[in-house]
Parts: sequence; C-alpha cells; structure tokens
Amino acid sequence: MGRITLDKVTKSFGATEVIPPLDLTIEDGEFTVFVGPSGCGKSTLLRLIAGLEDVTSGQIRIDGQDATMTPPAKRGLAMVFQSYALYPHMSVRKNIAFPMKMAGIDEAEQNRRIESAAKALNLTDYLERKPGQLSGGQRQRVAIGRAIVREPAAFLFDEPLSNLDAALRVGMRMEISELHKKLATTMIYVTHDQVEAMTMADKIVVLRSGHIEQVGSPLELYHSPRNLFVAGFIGSPKMNFIEGSEAAKYDAHTVGIRPEHIAISDSGGAWSGVVGVSEHLGSDTFFHIHDTGLAETITVRADGEVGFRHGDRVSLTPRTDVMHRFDAQGLRITA
Amino acid sequence: MATQHSRSAARIMMAPAVILLLGWMLVPLTMTLLFSFKKYLPLRGGDLGWVGFDNYIRFVSSSAFWPSVQATLVIVGGVLAITVIFGVLLALLLDQPMWGQGIVRILVIAPFFVMPTVSALVWKNMFMDPVNGLFAHLWKAFGAEPISWLSEASMQSIILIVSWQWLPFATLILLTAIQSLDSEQLEAAEMDGASPLARFGYIILPHLGRAITVVVLIQTIFLLSIFAEIFVTTGGSFGTRTLTFLIFQRVLESQNVGLGSAGGVYAIILANIVAAFLMRIVGKNLDA
Repeated sequence: MGRITLDKVTKSFGATEVIPPLDLTIEDGEFTVFVGPSGCGKSTLLRLIAGLEDVTSGQIRIDGQDATMTPPAKRGLAMVFQSYALYPHMSVRKNIAFPMKMAGIDEAEQNRRIESAAKALNLTDYLERKPGQLSGGQRQRVAIGRAIVREPAAFLFDEPLSNLDAALRVGMRMEISELHKKLATTMIYVTHDQVEAMTMADKIVVLRSGHIEQVGSPLELYHSPRNLFVAGFIGSPKMNFIEGSEAAKYDAHTVGIRPEHIAISDSGGAWSGVVGVSEHLGSDTFFHIHDTGLAETITVRADGEVGFRHGDRVSLTPRTDVMHRFDAQGLRITA
Repeated sequence: MATQHSRSAARIMMAPAVILLLGWMLVPLTMTLLFSFKKYLPLRGGDLGWVGFDNYIRFVSSSAFWPSVQATLVIVGGVLAITVIFGVLLALLLDQPMWGQGIVRILVIAPFFVMPTVSALVWKNMFMDPVNGLFAHLWKAFGAEPISWLSEASMQSIILIVSWQWLPFATLILLTAIQSLDSEQLEAAEMDGASPLARFGYIILPHLGRAITVVVLIQTIFLLSIFAEIFVTTGGSFGTRTLTFLIFQRVLESQNVGLGSAGGVYAIILANIVAAFLMRIVGKNLDA
C-alpha cells in the first residue's frame, strides 16, 4: 500500500516561501511525475514527502496515517538520488544490504532479497565490485536495487536519469517503467524533462514556483492544457503562441497551435513566412519560420522528406480544430 | 624540435634548484656517515682516526638507547592517537552550521602558528608550574595537592603539549575531508534507517580514511624529530629522553661527534622502519 496525501503543506526557508499551501493525493500504485522548470520546488516537495525536510505547516499522510513528524527511515519510503549516493567504500552487495542491515533483517533473508534484486536488475556479475568500477547505468541500477530490497510503500526518484547520456537515459526510462509494471508500487518521480514525464507517468503534476499548475494524465495535459504555462511546457517542440488580431479572429487573447498541427506547403495556406533554421531529424524536420507577422518564429513539424531550404517563402495551414484558445489571464477557454 | 629544445632548456633552468636541493641533502648525510666511522672528539684531541663500527656498537649498548627508542615511540603514538581522535570530533563539530564559524575556525588553527619553543614555555610556566600554574590553582581550588606535572607526569605532559600543537593540523585536514562528503550519501543513509552513530561509523569514518592516513604519515615524520618541547621543559630527564634528544646529548654535551653521528644513522633507520610499517597498515587507503 502506498497512498500519499498532502494536506495544505507549506515550506519556507527563512522568509522565502518555497511551497505555498498545496494539496495533492497520490493513489496507491500510481506512477506520478513532478515536472517543472528548475527552481519550481519539485525536489523540495519530494524531500518533504521523504522527510528529509520538515514541513512548515500542513500534514502529510501515508496510507491514512499522519507521517508529518515521522523520521525518514520510519516512513517506509525508499529514495533514489540524482547522484545515486552509493557508498563508495562498500561493494555492490554491501550497498544493497545496507538498509536491511540497519533494519536488523537476518542474513539469510538479506541474501535472498539481494539475489532476487540483482537478478531483476542484471547485477549478479557485479555484486562484489565497488561502485567506482561500475558505469553510470550500472550505478543507477544499484541505487534502484538498494531501494527495492526495502520493499517500500513507495519509491521516490529525484532526477535519477539526469547524469546519464542520452542513449542510456532512454534505456533506463524503459527499465523503470517495466519495474513499475512488475512491482505495482507507488512511484513518485521528479524531473525537469517533459519527455520523461510524458513517457513514464500515469499522472503528471506540473509545478511552477511551488504552485500546482495542472494535474492529469499525459494525454490530458497534451490535449487540454489548463493555461499558457502548461501548454508551453508540455510537448516538444514547444507550442506556438499567437497574439493580437489573428487571435482575435478566434475570440481569444492568445491562441496556441502545436508544430505538428500546422501543414507546410508552397502556397495556398492561411499564413505565410520565410524559412529560417531547419532541423533535420530524418523522420521529421522542424522548420522555424520567420516574417509571418504573427509571432517572432513559428515552428512547424513536417515529414522528413519535405525539402524547403533556408530563405524559401512558404505557406502555412493551421488545423483550427485542435487550436488552443487562452484568455488575457492565460487561462484556457473551453468550447 | 621545438619541444625537444624547450625540454632541454627546462632542464638547464631547473638544474640550479635541483643541484642545491640535492647538495642540501647529500652533504649532511655524507658527513654524518663519515663521522660515524671516526673517533671525533672536538675538545679532546679532535679527529682521532677511523674506528670502524665501534661508535655503532657503543651507541646501541648504551643503557640509554632502548629507553630512548621507547620514549620516542610512546610520544609519537600518544600524540597521533589524541590528534586523530579529537581531530575527527572537532572537525565534525566545526562542520555544523553555527554563528561565527569563520572566526572559530581561525581560532582553532591558531596554536599551529605558535613556535614550539614558545608554546612549550607557555605550557611549562603558565599551566604546569606546580606553584603558580593555572593547573595548580585549579587543583588547589578543589582542595587537591597540585601535581608537579613535568616531573611526576612528564611523558603525559609532553604528549599534551605536542598534541595541543598538532591538533589544529589534524582538524584542518579532516575538516576539509568532511566537507567534501556528498550530503546525498548521508541523506541516503538516513532514509536507509541508519542512526546518527551508524552514519558516523559506516559513512563518515570510511570517507575520512584517506585524510586520516595523510595526517598520520605527515605527523609521524615531524613527531619523530621533536626536540624543542623536550629541551625547554624537562631537558630530557624524567624518562623523556627521545632518540633525537639522546643524539643531541652525545654530540653537544659529551662532545662526541662520532657517537652522535652513529645515533643519527640509527634515527634514519628507525624513521624508515616506522614509515614502512605505517605505509603497510594505512597505505592501502591511498590507492582506492
């Protein structure tokens, strides 16, 4: 079981309020991702749940029990840190055994859990090595192994993939998702990378300066962002925002259109502009269009075969049915 | 070509310094070796010719030799134990965030700047004097008989004085080591259910292993040759005659340069044995 409830939780460091009153419920077995730009308080929020920071006011409940004042070790949560925080002088086996040794679990049970964790994480051949002799991905797996053996109510991940190279990150993303499917334990995952959030989460919590901007499934956030911030943060490349008279045509202060919802052609579209930088990914090409008179640049996603060059004048056709409309306060206008 | 030129130019430029340092080391060493095989009594006939290993045999067979080796090792061992243990504790204390941290750190380092002769005299006259010393007053305040430190507890007194001098050095090195510990490791251990004591034993102390090694090695080198503290306090009496002090007495008080030089060669051998022994025990901390 691992149902975590935050009830009007606040956190201040001295006079600066990092987290204003915040309510959030994380259901048992859910994979929840906290996402937001750096400094938005997502790591602080995770540390509050872990008990590494004390809340200034409010209550944290784990499975209905008040855990606000419970020390970290007694909360039944396991954390994977950004730097992995492995103990460098201990072998992999001892690292994984450490929490069990502290909990006073007997040797035979310790070994049984180490063996099964090592098997699940492909670490069997490395158990006698020191962390310094492992690659980044292997260290990451040891950190996860150390968390698994505690059989926690929930796992907390603090930007665990940010120290890995791009290829490894994609691999580890899959492994963590697999692990979640297998263990069906609550997981809370903090990241600044919206791609990680979109690919892994059951539920995404978008944070900005301690406020929750929106909570929802990845597709909910993609299809109906509640405000301009969420609209700009979720989705890659970023959504295009158009203000002024063009937006007024749709009875909105700002309209947003995703790059994948604009068609590019030689002529015949509603908007026109000049091709600036184009990024070729092979499967797709992103064109950055200037001189449209709508916004500084409009980003368009096109098929990899489309071959416009720098300086070409092109015509754009937005799909008005999937256009997002926002009012002067930046909030979404529904229907 | 250019690199070869600059390389040979670099060698020529560095030569004076290297030659000076080499001479600095080799000349005294050669002279010590030379004198140790001679009967050389400056005030009683001067150079009286070669005597083979006579000086070496006399030095070791003297009744003062083994006690002096023992005294040296006791002082080195005692000071090392005190400075490492209290150094770790002080470093932990100074690592805590507190008001006036900068000033406190400078104050802690201060004893290291005091010359050994001065600090030993201050301890001898201000603290340990059995009539006027602060310790005597303290003992009297509790109705106890003041201790004449330097004669009744001579060894402990000297260890205390030298430890006071070297504690800042140990604290400083251990403090920088503690500050380099990744705080996430301590947090991870906290989440793993380790008590503060377990965190110290399993995380902090192993992390300090290398720094402790450095402290032990460097201090040993300097402590084997302490002299001023003994000279101005006990003058080598009350069982505080170390090997260094014994050599000093042979050369200057007995005016026997040959015998003293032989003692010097023994001191070099002892230093190397101790160093090899320490490297064996703690050296593995340095590779990892």
